[in-house]
Amino acid sequence: MAASRLIDRRMGIFLAGLFVLTVAVPVGNLWIAGQPVPTYLVALIGKYLCYALLAVALDLVWGYCGILSLGHGAFFALGGYAMGMYLMREIGARGVYANPVLPDFMVFIGWKHLPWYWLGFDHFWLAAIMVVAVPGALAFVFGWFAFRSRVTGVYLSIITQAMTYALMLAFFRNEMGFGGNNGLTDFKDILGFDLASHETKVGLMMLSAVALAAGLLLARWITTSRLGKVLVCLRDAESRTRFLGYRVEHYKLFIFTVSAMMAGVAGALYVPQVGIINPSEFSTANSIEIVIWVALGGRGTLVGAALGAILVAGAKTLLTGWFPELWLFALGALFVLVTIALPNGVLGALEGGIGRLRRGTPTREAEA
Amino acid sequence: MSQQPHMIGGLPPEAQPQLYLDGVSRAFDGFKAINNLSLVIERGELRAVIGPNGAGKTTMMDIITGKTRPDTGQVLWEQSVDLTMLDEADTAQLGIGRKFQKPTVFENHTVEDNLALALKGDRSPFAALFYRAAAKEAARIDELLGIIRLGDLRRRIAGSLSHGQKQWLEIGMLLAQDPQLLLVDEPAAGMTDAETMLTADLLKSIAGARSVIVVEHDMDFVRALDCKVTVLHQGSVLAEGRLDAVSAMPEVIEVYLGR
Ligand SMILES: Nc1ncnc2c1ncn2[C@@H]1O[C@H](COP(=O)(O)OP(=O)(O)OP(=O)(O)O)[C@@H](O)[C@H]1O
Ligand SMILES: [Mg+2]
Repeated sequence: MAASRLIDRRMGIFLAGLFVLTVAVPVGNLWIAGQPVPTYLVALIGKYLCYALLAVALDLVWGYCGILSLGHGAFFALGGYAMGMYLMREIGARGVYANPVLPDFMVFIGWKHLPWYWLGFDHFWLAAIMVVAVPGALAFVFGWFAFRSRVTGVYLSIITQAMTYALMLAFFRNEMGFGGNNGLTDFKDILGFDLASHETKVGLMMLSAVALAAGLLLARWITTSRLGKVLVCLRDAESRTRFLGYRVEHYKLFIFTVSAMMAGVAGALYVPQVGIINPSEFSTANSIEIVIWVALGGRGTLVGAALGAILVAGAKTLLTGWFPELWLFALGALFVLVTIALPNGVLGALEGGIGRLRRGTPTREAEA
Repeated sequence: MSQQPHMIGGLPPEAQPQLYLDGVSRAFDGFKAINNLSLVIERGELRAVIGPNGAGKTTMMDIITGKTRPDTGQVLWEQSVDLTMLDEADTAQLGIGRKFQKPTVFENHTVEDNLALALKGDRSPFAALFYRAAAKEAARIDELLGIIRLGDLRRRIAGSLSHGQKQWLEIGMLLAQDPQLLLVDEPAAGMTDAETMLTADLLKSIAGARSVIVVEHDMDFVRALDCKVTVLHQGSVLAEGRLDAVSAMPEVIEVYLGR
């Protein structure tokens, strides 16, 4: 396979696999008799692809720039809420209270008017802008202060976590106007397409695959540019980078904002497929799980991060089906094991293994 | 400002100092790392700074580059710019280049990329995002690789270089920046005697067009530089002059023997 700047070998293989998936799943679900791909599986795959995009977003900042963000769950959730607000307005008079303007939960808590920040969300285009604008703006403002004050390392992780936690508490409150702890749900359709239909589910899953591919290529374009090289510089030797005249905080701000927007897109695609968004998406465990996906798949590889998300989310679905109480222990054990046994993640181990097979000698060179 | 021993005295009116430190002090937890330090570097001058461990040599460079803010005193660049108001990126863009005491290169980039990233140019993120390699820059990189004699290793990952090779690479990066003033902190550490002399020749050839301040413990190296020497002790200038002259001064001898 010819390697180009954007599509190197691993990217080529991953995108080819993704392409096969986006063709095989719809065919198996919609056109083959006996439906070998059941519809619940379509939605599940779509969800995994959103997670994969979220993992790529985190890998951009953590893998390439050393910012261990525990706030990506929040950017994801904010993108999801922006989409959820549109989906709520789409329900219109079909809600339980049949109010053409107010979502059910607002009627329930006795509100008479739509709050100003809900205005315009009946337009898909506005929601689509907000999906990237809100997480992007939050990341920009947060990053502006954090990076300028040179907060790094574990302190930065802690304040991103604090931001996420504060948002969770805020979204839990009914007075915020986002449905409190129930969140936003009971969606009916998106742009007139019935969310319960097979076709819509297949369409959303395919859209998620396209978004993942686009996200991977954008991330790859950034990381292979000179800007990407500077990010690695400041990850490895921040002070040195400053003394060469690079404004480190501007670079961090750029990548943090882009990454947050990508996470927002992932959240926006996730919500119509799972049918609900609530404050639990802001929980600490979620943000940590994203980190685990990336570490497990292979930090700083983009494709590895996507792979890690899909593998772990898949394992979670299986395990929580069999032994619901064991999942967190299994995840913890998996994380410890991978960190010790596969320091370069699953992708690193795979590539190392293939390399050894090719050479036919079991050396440890690949790990050096 | 209190009179310091062996200071070169007031500035002659026609002097055009590149860098002018006046009464600079900086304390860390009450300990005065820099204590009423004054220093004048003429444009194009080569200056060696020596002094025992902890004399404040590295801290002096931190202050010049905006990494550390002085508690009191003035640091003037080309008689007009107050360096105490700037940070590292500002001073770098102004034309002050620095080599760290502990050689620091970008370990995950190739030798070539290390130089390319140091080349003078637009440092903004957007310029970097849309950057395309230019033929002129490739030629400059070839030239630098020749100077630091790492041409054969140009595609090697910098992390795999030896200590001495990293020193050279960092010197190359410093040259790539095309600075007006070079601050070189212990460049000879980890180098062979022959390499040390090559470094001295290189720095001598650079001075003239640019100003250079070199900190070094290796006296053979300082002798080879054949330039004015400033002796720092407890954060201020103890002596200044030719190496032979200052090393004959009783107070300098005492500082070096007394430790
Ligand atoms: N950031 C800091 N915080 C606390 N103390 C500091 C700091 N930077 C320097 N010092 C102290 O200031 C003094 C001067 O240190 P400096 O590194 O400038 O010495 P030096 O002359 O470069 O010594 P060496 O020859 O060992 O490199 C030392 O006692 C050091 O411990
Ligand atoms: Mg020092």
